Amino acid sequence: MFHLILFLFFGAICVAGAVNLLMQSHPINSALSLVVVMGSLAVEYLLLGAEFVAAVQVIVYAGAIMVMFLITIMLLNAGKEERSHGSRVAMLLGVPGVVIGGALIAWTILARSTTDSVSIGALQGDPRGIAKLLFHAFLLPFEVTSVLILIAIMGAVVLVSRPEAVVRSADSSPVRQPEPMIKDRELVAAGKDH
Amino acid sequence: MNITTFIIISLIKSAAVVGVLLTAVAYSVWLERKVSAHIQNRWGPTRVGPFGLLQPLADGVKFIFKEDLTQPHVYKPLYIAAPIIAVVFAISSIAVIPFGTWIQVGPLPVVGSLGTYSQITDVNIGLLLVLGITSMGVYGIALAGWSSNNKYALLGGLRASAQMIGYEVSLGLSLVGVVIMAGSLSLREIVDAQGGVFWGFIPRWNVFHGQTLAFFVFMIAAYAETNRMPFDLPEAESELIAGYHTEYSAMKFAMFFMAEYANMITASCMATMLFLGGWHGPIFGPYFLRVLLPVAWFCLKVFVFMFVYVWVRWTLPRFRYDQLMAFGWKVLLPLAVANIVVTALIVAWRA
Repeated sequence: MFHLILFLFFGAICVAGAVNLLMQSHPINSALSLVVVMGSLAVEYLLLGAEFVAAVQVIVYAGAIMVMFLITIMLLNAGKEERSHGSRVAMLLGVPGVVIGGALIAWTILARSTTDSVSIGALQGDPRGIAKLLFHAFLLPFEVTSVLILIAIMGAVVLVSRPEAVVRSADSSPVRQPEPMIKDRELVAAGKDH
Repeated sequence: MNITTFIIISLIKSAAVVGVLLTAVAYSVWLERKVSAHIQNRWGPTRVGPFGLLQPLADGVKFIFKEDLTQPHVYKPLYIAAPIIAVVFAISSIAVIPFGTWIQVGPLPVVGSLGTYSQITDVNIGLLLVLGITSMGVYGIALAGWSSNNKYALLGGLRASAQMIGYEVSLGLSLVGVVIMAGSLSLREIVDAQGGVFWGFIPRWNVFHGQTLAFFVFMIAAYAETNRMPFDLPEAESELIAGYHTEYSAMKFAMFFMAEYANMITASCMATMLFLGGWHGPIFGPYFLRVLLPVAWFCLKVFVFMFVYVWVRWTLPRFRYDQLMAFGWKVLLPLAVANIVVTALIVAWRA
């Protein structure tokens, strides 16, 4: 009973945070609302019995990824959004979309409520169980996903690094000038000799 | 144990632990001032009480009665929330830290015989919980830097968040070896796994039991996590005035101060539990001594770590920012990963 009250309470906080995320006009406030959503989701996981997922949710999403979001917003110095009066297209497409989506979710919940519901604290989400699943049953998908993330990281490194030839020519010239680097690259791209 | 007794015992334990923690925070400031003074051949606080022992009280009174300035250009809601966030997350991780063994209080008049662990609560993901709570602490610093609407504060906040996220990776990975050795994430079970001795005199603490490298990686990463010398770039006074707390005064400034020292105490408790055997030590004598000695050993080890914190601060110079990043990602992280691989191979080979 006490668990159910807590579950509903944090569910309400989660939804309120999500609504606040959309209502706030300043990006920092929106990002902090997202932190609230993630924190209350972690409590919901904890109440369902998935302790490890709850801890990872806090450490990875709330503690690392959202901090990166905050840093980006701070560095860009993003200001307040201007309030518009809404577009007619959004109203025409959005309201029926919300109604249809809500109806679909409600129908799914009502139609399958007896078969797949999880009672509170029933999940076997301790670290040992999760590790058995990750490293026995789902070893290949797990490793493939980590290779995928590695490729994404390497792609980011390649995108931000300067081309090798340009770096070398800039380093060998006695006086460093910022402009010729770009010119060199343009000349190389155009296939001209200088 | 029925629900009423449980609630009463929990309340008593929480009050005792929080009281001890806050007193320890106040006296670690005294320790810092005293040790730094002696390192610099001065006396430090001597006027208030014997050995200046009442100095924290005087500091507290001073902070409360100072003028609490709020600059007109700050973003008020977050400016006020930031020190609260910092203090709350710094203090709350103490809830899962075990200080000693089972305590049994003899037959009492109304409730009879009561027993409890000297720990507020034991959860089976205790280690992850502490890491999660400390990782949330970065919000206090980042938001303080941003909401102050001041270039130096913003730079300090950005430095702090980049540094804390970067070193958190090494910190977490250095603990994986300990978790593999203990086979559990519960802090009490990790400490229990370190009981006993080798060859009759060397204690089976993790630091002597194959995790020496992890211990040093953890210590260095913990210094960076708590923004202490030689990693105190977020508040480097020669570059950034005071970093993220430039615009704060009076009790709001004192709350950042408290958060820093509470984080140091948490890091010292973690190092004690995970690498130095927690409350394990020579236990002897009558029953009350056998209950109190483990707590005393725990406190002694934590005190040693706090002393080293202060000692390092007044000994080492500050890193440059690129050196800090290069050291974290190119030295500490590979060392921590190598420690995991070697530990896992040895444990698997023995099993």
